Amino acid sequence: METKQNKLVSVLKYLFLIAASFVVFFPIYSVFIGAFKTQVEYYQSGMALPHDFFNFDNFKRVMKIGKLGSSFWNIGIIMVISLAGNIIFGTMVAYALGRFKFKLRAPIMALYLGAQLIPTITTQVSTFSVIKAFGLYNTMGAPILLYLGADVLQIVIYLQFINSIPKDLDESAMMEGASLFKIYRSIIFPLLAPATATLVILKSISIYNDFYTPYLYMPAQKLRVVSTAIYSFVGPNAAQINVISAGILIIFIPTVVLFLFLQKYIFSGVTSGAVKG
Amino acid sequence: MFNNLSYKNQRTLILFGFLLIPVALLLVLSYYPALSLLYYSFTDWTGVGWDMNWVGFDNYKEIFTRPEIFASFKVNAYYFIGGLVQTALALFFAVILSGKLKGRNVFRAILFLPYVLHSVATVIMFKNVYHMEYGSLNVFLGAIGLESWQQSWLGNEHLVNFSLAFISMWKFMGLSMIIFIGALQSIPGDMYESAKIDGANSWQQFRYLTLPSIRSVLELQLILTLTGALAAFEIPYVMMLGANGTSTFVIQTVDTAFKFQKAGLASAMGIVLMLFVVVIIFIQRKLLPGGKD
Repeated sequence: METKQNKLVSVLKYLFLIAASFVVFFPIYSVFIGAFKTQVEYYQSGMALPHDFFNFDNFKRVMKIGKLGSSFWNIGIIMVISLAGNIIFGTMVAYALGRFKFKLRAPIMALYLGAQLIPTITTQVSTFSVIKAFGLYNTMGAPILLYLGADVLQIVIYLQFINSIPKDLDESAMMEGASLFKIYRSIIFPLLAPATATLVILKSISIYNDFYTPYLYMPAQKLRVVSTAIYSFVGPNAAQINVISAGILIIFIPTVVLFLFLQKYIFSGVTSGAVKG
Repeated sequence: MFNNLSYKNQRTLILFGFLLIPVALLLVLSYYPALSLLYYSFTDWTGVGWDMNWVGFDNYKEIFTRPEIFASFKVNAYYFIGGLVQTALALFFAVILSGKLKGRNVFRAILFLPYVLHSVATVIMFKNVYHMEYGSLNVFLGAIGLESWQQSWLGNEHLVNFSLAFISMWKFMGLSMIIFIGALQSIPGDMYESAKIDGANSWQQFRYLTLPSIRSVLELQLILTLTGALAAFEIPYVMMLGANGTSTFVIQTVDTAFKFQKAGLASAMGIVLMLFVVVIIFIQRKLLPGGKD
């Protein structure tokens, strides 16, 4: 009796999981098959598999008309510079706040926490004038500057990590006469690497995904990033649906690859941020 | 590098050098915009040039007296309802997937997958799914003999906001689920053992052991759902440009500022939204019993 009931429960569990997986894959399957179909085929064949999985015409066309190559290049540059700055500033702040007691420590923590309360999307009206005042409008400098600052999540994750690094390490380095800067550079910074890995992955995904910042601050055609490039496919001069499908698929690939290989880091980053935040 | 300085001086130097730029960035890019937003909200600034006149509370009066501005919060309500369903589903699957189950890591990865997919591309993908004639949803319903269920998912004004809120659920359910799984795993297993010995059934274990242990995470998720729903923007903007009754409060704010060039009014709308968020978080932190301080 007992085992029969358990069996029923696990069958039910699998049914729910399979149903949910179906819901996840259904839209992805639709764009996947659509990307390999010709236009006529797209409208006639419904959900059937494409005739020819080696039909890469849509991919070639979307790379060309959407100028996806330069969009990937642009977002790549923005990501590399902002992430580098992010890591340097984030670890520096964590070192200063995590290792020293000083008067402004609590107020600075409060500043970071308080900033989370400000919904960034609604302050764009005035952020816009700051960016213009710096002369960064319609340059890559605008998103880079906006992504550069460390956020609370980052500070919290780094602080958690730095607290788990024994202070003895710092002290014995000091006995040997190492400067504080050297302690940061050759002890703290390297030991924060696992947290850095997690943060780099999460930040990469969020910068890659961000639509609003490039849309608002870099309308110039040659500065298009992936988000604004795919956005330009819809609307009045929309491309054909099968060509768009190919574009969607190409744009999906980088983060999916990242996820498949670095799942562990993504999951740990997402949970530690939420549980402590 | 600073070997010739005393540690006390080094400390001062490090604190200044390491905090100056990051804190300056924070002040210039978060606090200054928020404060100037407050100032603009009392002016008739157009957003172009720097001419502006002080108008007192006129903008705020306009927000609360022009019904179409406040009515847009009705659209946000769909995203809130979607968020509640999403949180419930996430908790359900988190409970299933934190128990012993073959293939649980595969299912975790599958359900989380939508979160890592590019967000604008996801919305456009759903545009193809929801298409009236050729969209895969209606094609699928036709193929399994449910023609009567076929709908104009984006054209029907009673349905469109549900269709859009569903995209948000589809994308973020896995994220909430992984967060719940993290919280569930921090409950020590022997607590369940002793509950079982005391004769608690699965529901009782969930109600009296699991739920109280993950309470703070659950609360945080609900707050994020609420603030996320208030700030809903990207999905209805990319999909519909806010047309067909899908304009959320933030879309209205953005249009007011950049399309109608009423930056003063838009700033007041931004301040109203910010106040809502602050009040909600304040209620959670201070007023809910047992909330985090």
